[in-house]
Amino acid sequence: MLADYSILLISAILVNNFVLVQFLGLCPFMGVSNKLETAMGMSMATTFVLTLASACSNLTYHFLLQPLGLGYLRTIAFILVIAVVVQFTEMVVRKSSPLLYRVLGVYLPLITTNCAVLGVALLNINKDHNFLQSLFYGFGAAVGFSLVLVLFAAMRERLTVADVPTPFKGAAIGMVTAGLMSLAFMGFAGLV
Amino acid sequence: MTLMRITSPHAHGPMSTSRVMQNVLLATIPGIIVLTHFFGFGTLVNIFWGSIVAVACEALALTLRRRPLGFYLKDYSALVTAFLLCIALPPYSPWWLIAVGIASAILLAKHLYGGLGYNPFNPAMAGYVILLISFPIQMTAWAPPRGVGELPGLLEALQACFVPSTFDAVTMATPLDLMKQNNSLLLEDLWAQNAQFGRWAGIGWEWANIAFLAGGAWLLYQRIFTWHAPVAMLASLSLMAALFYDGGSSASGGSPLFHLLSGATMFGAFFIVTDPVTSTVSVRGRLIYGALIGALIYIIRVRGNYPDAVAFAVLIMNFAAPFIDHYTQPRTYGHRDTRGEE
Repeated sequence: MLADYSILLISAILVNNFVLVQFLGLCPFMGVSNKLETAMGMSMATTFVLTLASACSNLTYHFLLQPLGLGYLRTIAFILVIAVVVQFTEMVVRKSSPLLYRVLGVYLPLITTNCAVLGVALLNINKDHNFLQSLFYGFGAAVGFSLVLVLFAAMRERLTVADVPTPFKGAAIGMVTAGLMSLAFMGFAGLV
Repeated sequence: MTLMRITSPHAHGPMSTSRVMQNVLLATIPGIIVLTHFFGFGTLVNIFWGSIVAVACEALALTLRRRPLGFYLKDYSALVTAFLLCIALPPYSPWWLIAVGIASAILLAKHLYGGLGYNPFNPAMAGYVILLISFPIQMTAWAPPRGVGELPGLLEALQACFVPSTFDAVTMATPLDLMKQNNSLLLEDLWAQNAQFGRWAGIGWEWANIAFLAGGAWLLYQRIFTWHAPVAMLASLSLMAALFYDGGSSASGGSPLFHLLSGATMFGAFFIVTDPVTSTVSVRGRLIYGALIGALIYIIRVRGNYPDAVAFAVLIMNFAAPFIDHYTQPRTYGHRDTRGEE
C-alpha cells in the first residue's frame, strides 16, 4: 500500500517527470524560469493548484460525468474545473493571506493555461486512478514540475552572464539546456 | 593604461588553465595504460582519433566565433574533453561514434554556451550521454578483458575504428551488466560462472579503477582540486552499497568494494566530479554535490535501466549545481549570517 504510493510519487517526480520526460507544462517552464524567486513562487502556486485540481477533476469524473454517461466531455469539463479551482484559490489566498497573494501575483491565474494541470487530470482517468491515487499523482507531478523549474531557474540565472553566441541567446540556449537536462533525466528510466 | 611600478618580491602563481589541463592529461596516463593492458589498443585508438576531432571542432567553433585560435587551443581543454570521453567510450568504437560524441561535447555542450568556463554541463559526460541514448548497442559493447577473450592487435584496433564494417567485434557483458541482469544466482555462483569477475570486481576493471585513483591522488597532491567532492561521492556510494548489501543473495546490489572498483567509479570521482566549471563552488556545496552523485550512481546502477550511471548522475547534479551554490554561499568574512538572526 505504502510502497504503491511511493512508487507513484517517484514515477511522477523523476521517472516520468512531466516537464523533462513527458514534455508537458513547457510554457511556464520556459516563461517563468528567468529568476529564482519567481520560479519559487510559481512552483508553490502550481503545487497547490495541481494537487487540488487533480483531486477535484477525479471527483467530477466519477460523480458527475460517469453517472450521466458524459465521459466524452471530460476535456472541457476538466478545463472548467481547473479554472474554477484556480479562481477559488486566488480568492481564498487574497482574503486569507495578502502576503502570499502578493508573492504569487500574476502566476496564480497563469496556472489555468499550464497544460501539465490538464494533462495530470486526463492521465488520472486514463490510468484508472482512484481518488487517493489521483491526489498523490497530482502532488508528485507538481513536485516534479517544481523541482525542475527551480533548478532550471538557478541555471538560467547563471546563463545570463555566459558568453553565449548571439544567435543562441535567450530562449534558444534555454531550450538547448532543457534538452540536455531531459537527456540526463532519461537515466532514471526503469527505476520503478 | 597606466603601467604600475611594482617592486619585489613578486609572488607568482604558477597555475594557469593550460597547466591544470596538462596535469589532468598526465594523471589519466596510468589509467590509460591499465585499460590498454587489459582491453587492448582500442582505448589508445579512441583517444588518438578523438583528439584530432576535438581539436578540429574547437578550431571550427573558434573560427566561427572569430576568437584567437592559438590562445584558446593552447589551453588544452579540448584535449582533456577528448581524453575523458574516449576513456569512457568502449574500446574498438567506430570512428563515427567517436566523432559524433566529440562534436556534441565540444560544439553543443561547450561552445554553444560560450566556451570553457561557461558550460553548465560537463562536455565529456554530455557527449557520453548523448551517445548512450542515441546508439545504445555500440555504447554497451565492451571488449572482453585479457585472459578471458582474444585481444585484437594494433592493426585490428585501427581497422575496428576506421573500417568498422570489416571488423568482427568480440564483446562481452561487463561485471556491472551481469550484476544487473542477475536475478536468480547467489553472488558466489555468479562469480564462479562468469570469467569476467576478478578478485573484488571485474578483471581489468579493478586495476583500471585503482590506476585512476592513483592519478587522482596525484592531482590532489598537486592541488588541482580539493578533496571534498570526490571523497563525498565515494563515501556516499560506499554507504549506499553497504546499507543495501545483504551478504551476497541474488537480490543484492553488490558489495561496497565491488561498486568502488567497478565501471567508471574512480574515473568519475577524480576526473569528472572535480571539474571546476560544472561543479559547485563552496566547500559545503561540494560535499552535497559529491554525496548526491554517489547516491544517484548507486540508485541508477542497481535499480535503473543503464548498467553504469556516472554520466547520468553527474549530468543530473550539474543541473542542480547552480541551485546548490545559491543556497551554500559562504559567509562573507566579518559579516554575520543574517538568515539565522531573523
